[in-house]
Amino acid sequence: MTPKEYESLNKQVSPNTKSWRTVPLAWLFGGIICCIGQGLGDLYRYLGLEEETSCACISVSLIFLAALLTGLGKYDNLAKYGGAGCLVPITGFSNAVASPALEFKSEGFILGLGAKMFVIAGPVIVYGTLASVVYGFIIWIFHLY
Amino acid sequence: MDLMMYLKVFLMGGALCAIGQLLIDYTKLTPARILVSYVVTGVILGGLGIYGPLTEFAGAGATVPLTGFGWLLSKGVKEAVAEKGAMGILTGGLSATAGGIAAAIVFGFLTALLFKPRDKG
Repeated sequence: MTPKEYESLNKQVSPNTKSWRTVPLAWLFGGIICCIGQGLGDLYRYLGLEEETSCACISVSLIFLAALLTGLGKYDNLAKYGGAGCLVPITGFSNAVASPALEFKSEGFILGLGAKMFVIAGPVIVYGTLASVVYGFIIWIFHLY
Repeated sequence: MDLMMYLKVFLMGGALCAIGQLLIDYTKLTPARILVSYVVTGVILGGLGIYGPLTEFAGAGATVPLTGFGWLLSKGVKEAVAEKGAMGILTGGLSATAGGIAAAIVFGFLTALLFKPRDKG
């Protein structure tokens, strides 16, 4: 069997990704999570918080809710339907921290919980920070600020 | 409450997630790689001055997805460089996002402390 034959056979056997279902679901779940964030923001502004503070409070609230749902084992159920809709919002970042922290607690508090909580969040922070430093260097050199 | 605003939030936030879903379905990108690309894309779009207007247009629809985290990094750096000069290159990004990162660490730690891990299935 040539690699090409194998590939076509593999395609026949493996189930089709049903994008007509997964993409609208991701849209729906992601959209709803963002609307919850917007609702929280409206509430915080109504309570008298400034624009920037209320924006930070939205993130903190959503991170809290997602960590709680992760602990209760509910976030994975949501993510099963929502796919990227539960991954891309900040709640997905929180889940990516809380989930391995919980799972690897049994390996100890230092190299289990403490280290594994950054298995996905670590790269996000590393490359985000690197990109921001490159950007900062450029605007500093060329006086673009 | 402005219903039109919520529609914009839903459309923008949903669209960013739908793009992520297309990446999962049609490329070999793992979720970790998608999150990293979203944050870096957010920094670039923020730096180019594109993402700021999007956050004004769609509010949480643009700030809640991880591209918003990247935008916040770039915004923090820009403000810090303007304020403190060269040192701001290093301090700006993480200062602006410290709240979110610390919240994820604290709530992640508490989750691990208070709950029992369960079987995936």
